[in-house]
Amino acid sequence: MSVRVQREEFDVAREIADLRAGNARIGAVAAFIGIVRDVNDGDDVRTLTLEHYPGMTEKALEVIVADARGRWDVFDVRIIHRVGTLAPTDPIVLVLVASAHRGDAFSACEFVMDYLKTRAPFWKKEATPQGERWVEARERDDDAAARW
Amino acid sequence: MVRLVYLARLRDALGSGGESVDLPGDVATVNALLAWLAGRGDAWARELAPGRAVRVAVNHDLAQAHTPIRAGDEVALFPPVTGG
Repeated sequence: MSVRVQREEFDVAREIADLRAGNARIGAVAAFIGIVRDVNDGDDVRTLTLEHYPGMTEKALEVIVADARGRWDVFDVRIIHRVGTLAPTDPIVLVLVASAHRGDAFSACEFVMDYLKTRAPFWKKEATPQGERWVEARERDDDAAARW
Repeated sequence: MVRLVYLARLRDALGSGGESVDLPGDVATVNALLAWLAGRGDAWARELAPGRAVRVAVNHDLAQAHTPIRAGDEVALFPPVTGG
């Protein structure tokens, strides 16, 4: 499965080993790991709760993977995104790209994250000492996605 | 009958996770649906006013203002996404 939405933490080493699976043509694996921070917009963040839209989220991620595979010469792309309530230092998202050379892997990995942040239906709600609040979308994420 | 789904901040603001509705015959696009729902007033008018950042998906695909809506569709309304 190239796309997973799950509550549990992921094992990066195991996912990379699985992605490579003895393919001796792979010369590069790029990995991106998104992590919960303990601060946002100047306020302490105690927990971060991720919601998604079951059915559409998986479909949107599959479309992004297919798009990346069409744009770069890659062997495989994997996206694992967590949902539920997370704490600072917890990993949120893992993107892996395997290719022959690093250029394709780096570019495709960055593309997947830029598209994920603007097109995949996930929403964050953070708990701060002042109470809970939904995280607002950022314009710079749209700018990042638009450059591809 | 159309299934409406409200997600994330919009669900909180509207006080509903979703509903099944029979749409009037002239409510056949995303734009028309948003205007029809806004006609309920209060939070609906506030949250779905023209210019507000509301995203819409029809049957799990991101939709545009003119995207048609037909009986049996699942239409989701939500704020701009913030994953990753």
